[in-house]
Amino acid sequence: MQHEVFEKNSLILLIGVLIVVSIGGLVQIAPLFWVDSTIERVKGMRPYSPLEQAGRDIYVREGCYGCHSQMIRTLRDEVERYGHYSLAAESMYDHPFQWGSKRTGPDLARVGGKYSDLWHSEHLINPRAVVPESIMPGYPWLAETKLDVRDTGEKLATLRRVGVPYSEDMLANAEQDLIAQVSPDSRIAADFLRRYPKARIAKFDNKPGTQPSELDALVAYLQMLGTLVDFATFDAAGPNLR
Amino acid sequence: MAEKSAEARAALGDCLAFVGCLACAGLGAALLAASDSAGLAFHGLLLLVGSLVALGCVVEFSFDSLRRLPTGYMDGPSKVAAIAALIWGIAGFVVGDLIAWQLAMPALNFDLPWTSFGRLRPLHTSVVIFAFGGNVLIATSLCVVQRTCRARLPGRWAPWFVVWGYQLFLLVAGTGYLLGITQSKEYAEPEWYADLWLTAVWVVYLAIFLGTLAKRKEPHIYVANWFYLAFIVTIAMLHLVNNAAIPVRLTSAKSYIVYAGVQDAMTQWWYGHNAVGFFLTAGFLGIMYYFIPKRVERPIYSYRLSIVHFWTLIFLYIWAGPHHLHYTALPDWAQTLGMTFSIMLWMPSWGGMINGLMTLSGAWDRLRTDPVVRFLVVSVAFYGMSTFEGPVMSIKAVNSLSHYTDWTIGHVHSGALGWVAMVSFGALYCLLPWLWNRRGLYSLRLVEWHFWTATLGILLYITAMWVSGITQGLMWRAYDRLGFLQYSFIETVEAMHPYYVIRAVGGALFIAGALIMAYNVWRTVRGDEPVDASEQSLLATPRLEIGATA
Repeated sequence: MQHEVFEKNSLILLIGVLIVVSIGGLVQIAPLFWVDSTIERVKGMRPYSPLEQAGRDIYVREGCYGCHSQMIRTLRDEVERYGHYSLAAESMYDHPFQWGSKRTGPDLARVGGKYSDLWHSEHLINPRAVVPESIMPGYPWLAETKLDVRDTGEKLATLRRVGVPYSEDMLANAEQDLIAQVSPDSRIAADFLRRYPKARIAKFDNKPGTQPSELDALVAYLQMLGTLVDFATFDAAGPNLR
Repeated sequence: MAEKSAEARAALGDCLAFVGCLACAGLGAALLAASDSAGLAFHGLLLLVGSLVALGCVVEFSFDSLRRLPTGYMDGPSKVAAIAALIWGIAGFVVGDLIAWQLAMPALNFDLPWTSFGRLRPLHTSVVIFAFGGNVLIATSLCVVQRTCRARLPGRWAPWFVVWGYQLFLLVAGTGYLLGITQSKEYAEPEWYADLWLTAVWVVYLAIFLGTLAKRKEPHIYVANWFYLAFIVTIAMLHLVNNAAIPVRLTSAKSYIVYAGVQDAMTQWWYGHNAVGFFLTAGFLGIMYYFIPKRVERPIYSYRLSIVHFWTLIFLYIWAGPHHLHYTALPDWAQTLGMTFSIMLWMPSWGGMINGLMTLSGAWDRLRTDPVVRFLVVSVAFYGMSTFEGPVMSIKAVNSLSHYTDWTIGHVHSGALGWVAMVSFGALYCLLPWLWNRRGLYSLRLVEWHFWTATLGILLYITAMWVSGITQGLMWRAYDRLGFLQYSFIETVEAMHPYYVIRAVGGALFIAGALIMAYNVWRTVRGDEPVDASEQSLLATPRLEIGATA
């Protein structure tokens, strides 16, 4: 029988395996990079501000994706519970994506603006202080840890290398912008808003000073989730599909 | 003349090993000195210490022993991997059960970073999949490929590098998670430098596997080796593509994945589902195709079916990833392809199951008399069950209910505990007496106890997760008479509590079984006479060719 060819030559077997296992990935993954309708054309998407990105890095570090999804499916109950179903465009600057696979806790794709900063701070420090039945771990160390800001510029530059459209202006002012987002009514805040429209400026952890904590960063990230796209101008029927 | 060149090759190998150890030690020292991240510096220290120990071994065992070139099979690396599998396995099960209790009692998170669920969950998944499962695969594949090829592994140091290099990878990855070093792609959490190290280990693994195939004295490559080879090669491809990342700087542990959003999601689940398909399925099917026929002393049921099984399984599996992304922002065409291929996958899966089970034709009595056979056969039955459940869950209508719930967790564990762990236990119970040249296991009665505690644990686990998953899925979509959502999210969390307790109890039983095994293995390896030798002699443990120890 012809199968002998594979059974008697380890290299032919190796090449045969490689060809057979490559096909599925090529067909399913490659087109996503060049079929235009994969990512909708929407108004409002911008790269994460330095503080939001730092918060996102903490979200990744603590493994939040293990229990929280960031992907509202196109199902009636999900849209009524969480808001408009998630668009591909909304995670176009997410390296890596955080859609998640499990909802031990609720979806967070549109948690931004649903609760106050104070609620988030209290909840992260001790979830059962605000939701008695919660089974989420407490994260008290976030409030006590100063945010490591040394790599801010380098992180944004690395993100630009993988495709996030940070401008020269954004890269040059990365550290200043990070402080600006926790310094309401300051001069640098106005500058910051020009670069990151619609970003919220606050001392998110409700503590005095302009020294951001890890809690500041994480709350800043949570509070912007799902708030960027202007759904008043979004029409799922077609014009927004490239 | 031939002996001369063999000696020269061995000397060259020793020199390469010496230089390699020095280079790794240098790299470790450089990371230790240059990195401003404490985690990366710690990992540099691990590499430095590991390399120095390896250097000591190379110096101790190499140059003067050239005159006594070893012959026969090289089983030392398999011994290390087999024991490592057992130790990592118990560690991984314990972490898993701890996080199961955390979901029932959140105070067990202790409000500390390194004991919180988010960091321990990847530790659990990586340790059970890659540390326990991976070491079982290395131990069995290196043993099986030599015997089915009647050839010794190539290289004096390469197989040792694979085994110990892999342990170093596991140590770096696992401690990294606890320190918050992760790229957060499920089952691909290790950061860029750990990924690079694993790549080096994996290339050598592939090389020694292919090298043994090339040296074989049997004309045909045995079917178990097709599956092992597909596992090694495909995991290499998945690993390289999915982990493409750019580090913030060479002295920083942090990197960013090159893909974003929807493309990253598709790439991740192409990887994630095929970590299941090739690590946890193809590799362990290699185990099935060797250890079941060997233990029951019957030929494989159908040679033709194994050919069909092999090619269809590896072709279809790779398409199944998108069923993890139903109703998401992934384009519909990709979702539909993923669902279609997942359903088709049912056929090769059951073809393989039938091939494994029917191998017992004429030896079904062994199921009653030999608990090791029972481990192997029940694992294949679980394989059939979870590969039936998987395609059902990949149907979009079912998935709309099951996705994001504990049903998925239950499904994974019916495969991971029922199939992967049970077939591993069965294979290890066969392998250990062979590797250490013992007459048999210390006690078959203890194997029997292990079997029943583990099986009971699995049943508690998966039934609890079926009930909790379907309950929660139904509660999320329940409407009241006025057309409002009936339950708040937190009400659905509260409803899970009893099932989380039952699941954690099931996990504890599974650990108890593994501890029984550890005791049995310790007594066997130590050389204690089997307590039920009379029963075991009836089993006529298959003899391996002489020269089975290295």
